[in-house]
Amino acid sequence: MSSATAVPATSQPDASGHFGPYGGRFVPEVLMAPLEELEIAYRDAQQDPAFHAELDDLLRHYAGRETPLYFAKRLSHELGGARIYLKREDLLHTGAHKINNCLGQVLLARRMGKHRIIAETGAGQHGVATATVCALFGMDCTVYMGAEDMRRQEINVFRMRMLGAKVVGVANGSQTLKDAINEAMRDWVTNVTDTHYLLGSALGAHPYPLMVRDFHACMGKEARAQILEREGRLPDAVFACVGGGSNAIGIFHPFVPDANVRLVGVEAGGRGKATGDHAARFSGGAPGVLHGAFSYLLQDDDGQVSLTHSVSAGLDYALIGPEHAWLHDQGRASYVNIGDEEALQAAVRLSRTEGIIPALETAHGVAEAIRQAPLHPGEIFLVNLSGRGDKDIGIYRENLKELDAGL
Amino acid sequence: MSSRIAQKFDELRQRDERALVAYLTAGDPTPSRSVSLVLALERAGADIIELGVPFSDPIADGPVIQRAAERALKAGATVAGILEMARRIRQHSQIPLLLFTYLNPVLRYGFERLAAEAREAGIDGCLLTDLSVEEAGDYVQRMRAHDLDTVFLAAPTSTPRRLELVARYSTGFVYLVSRTGVTGEQDQVSGSVTSMVAALRNHTSKPIAVGFGVSRRQHVETLRAEAEGVVVGSAIVRLIEQYGASPDLEQRLETFVRELKQGTRAPELAAR
Ligand SMILES: Cc1ncc(COP(=O)(O)O)c(C=O)c1O
Repeated sequence: MSSATAVPATSQPDASGHFGPYGGRFVPEVLMAPLEELEIAYRDAQQDPAFHAELDDLLRHYAGRETPLYFAKRLSHELGGARIYLKREDLLHTGAHKINNCLGQVLLARRMGKHRIIAETGAGQHGVATATVCALFGMDCTVYMGAEDMRRQEINVFRMRMLGAKVVGVANGSQTLKDAINEAMRDWVTNVTDTHYLLGSALGAHPYPLMVRDFHACMGKEARAQILEREGRLPDAVFACVGGGSNAIGIFHPFVPDANVRLVGVEAGGRGKATGDHAARFSGGAPGVLHGAFSYLLQDDDGQVSLTHSVSAGLDYALIGPEHAWLHDQGRASYVNIGDEEALQAAVRLSRTEGIIPALETAHGVAEAIRQAPLHPGEIFLVNLSGRGDKDIGIYRENLKELDAGL
Repeated sequence: MSSRIAQKFDELRQRDERALVAYLTAGDPTPSRSVSLVLALERAGADIIELGVPFSDPIADGPVIQRAAERALKAGATVAGILEMARRIRQHSQIPLLLFTYLNPVLRYGFERLAAEAREAGIDGCLLTDLSVEEAGDYVQRMRAHDLDTVFLAAPTSTPRRLELVARYSTGFVYLVSRTGVTGEQDQVSGSVTSMVAALRNHTSKPIAVGFGVSRRQHVETLRAEAEGVVVGSAIVRLIEQYGASPDLEQRLETFVRELKQGTRAPELAAR
């Protein structure tokens, strides 16, 4: 790419957790000292070879890293443009990238002597991954989930319960991810002395956005090495869906200094541009604070947080992770949005050309790669295939009635 | 110039009384009713009013105040509307008024615009639950420039270093959160209040008001020995929820708050 993309000098936040103006630590005082403690524990663990050795061992033998980089030959051929590679996070244990971060944080919680874990979940993938690592380490686990999300991701609710977690439905507000985080934070301010909040995306107060990114950067590191080995060069563009932004920042991170690699984040366009119909923070949002971080936020003129919509529970959230806001403002990454319908069609197409049913969240990233591929012959695309579609079969059925009818 | 809040604490000290700080969510059940409720609270002996500006995602609040925020938002409460409420209160009353809210509605309104307009409307200060002292530089500066007090929260988890920061940036008083958790009524005052107040006093001679879970006269009496003030929120908001549609809400609030206020007085002066 010849377009002049700015290369940020560093993608480390400042000492108080700001990526440019974004991020920071905006929480009630009760949580401030515990966040300082978490940051110290995290930095300490980062310096400890034993921590890395244990994490790497779990990632490899338990979760199934490294994941394959797969050349989507039939899809690429059909589109007749860019060559599309898929980073197969869908093959990880529990079916999505989320477990990378959960393994890291559960080790950290144990290091800090916390035996109770709480988490929020939208699509249920982070909840399942959290319940999984808690089972593995014998920790008490409570997962907050919006009542609407419990309905649309019911299989994951059962998986969490089977794994021994307590799933608490949240019937406030839009009954989705935002409301689940509100409730998890209320639990945390109450039980902070013995509880670790295992936040599932690159959101929240410092050090979460940094820590979650670092735990997910293995995706980008592997993919970068794999593509260099396969193609002898870097990709031209990297695509990932962006809910809070964890799978995207994890795969983007090692490519940030590579000025010629386009980074494309894909938000949920939902069913249209009207407020309440989408979760496209960069088209309709403005900087604001929610759940501890300053970033682009869907809000009204009075600073009240807007309702959002996406067919995909994991993208249905009003704030984007702060590092994405910064990459956006620097011009280092670009952000587009894909609507419900186009995402559903992309999921069908990937299923039928490659035999891979993606998660609905993931399908948004795939859809944008499908849209751009014909326009860029000769290029190499890397798509983060963040999760598999098993959890979404119910929603696919609801929305693809013609398939059920055998058409 | 000493603020209305500071003057109030001075006055009370001379009478050996503690401050009863009363919280209500502005606009619940309606904006005009809120004006009448504040005046009723004052008649009953409330010394300082916290005017809660409702926010869509109140993570530090329990169910009672969450529902109040929903009702107020539904009834159309906005920052501008609440400043208008303050102007109407000021036509009848000089009671100190403290805005109490989350950061985002104020950020959206603009610190400078809020400070200037709040001062003009007769507001005396502001407390933003989710604005840490670390992030508060610009906010504090603009509030100071308009002679508004900035109250910050001290918490049971606050380290000595943090207590020092919270005390330093607070003016008017320091708000001590008595326990970890969200707002809501409790049976008992937290047993560790004495040691928390002592820890905070190592860093400040400013008045301290204790809140979170204070809801009965007996709680207030217990806290009289500890701090210069007490904050009562959920118990008041629950009455507003229960009797919001009833014409005798003001009467009920007055009866309840008058009883609480007795607890702030020296036992020999308090009515039984
Ligand atoms: C498979 C998958 N991809 C992506 C996401 C979106 O989250 P994030 O933006 O943090 O990657 C989710 C969230 O539930 C998910 O399950």
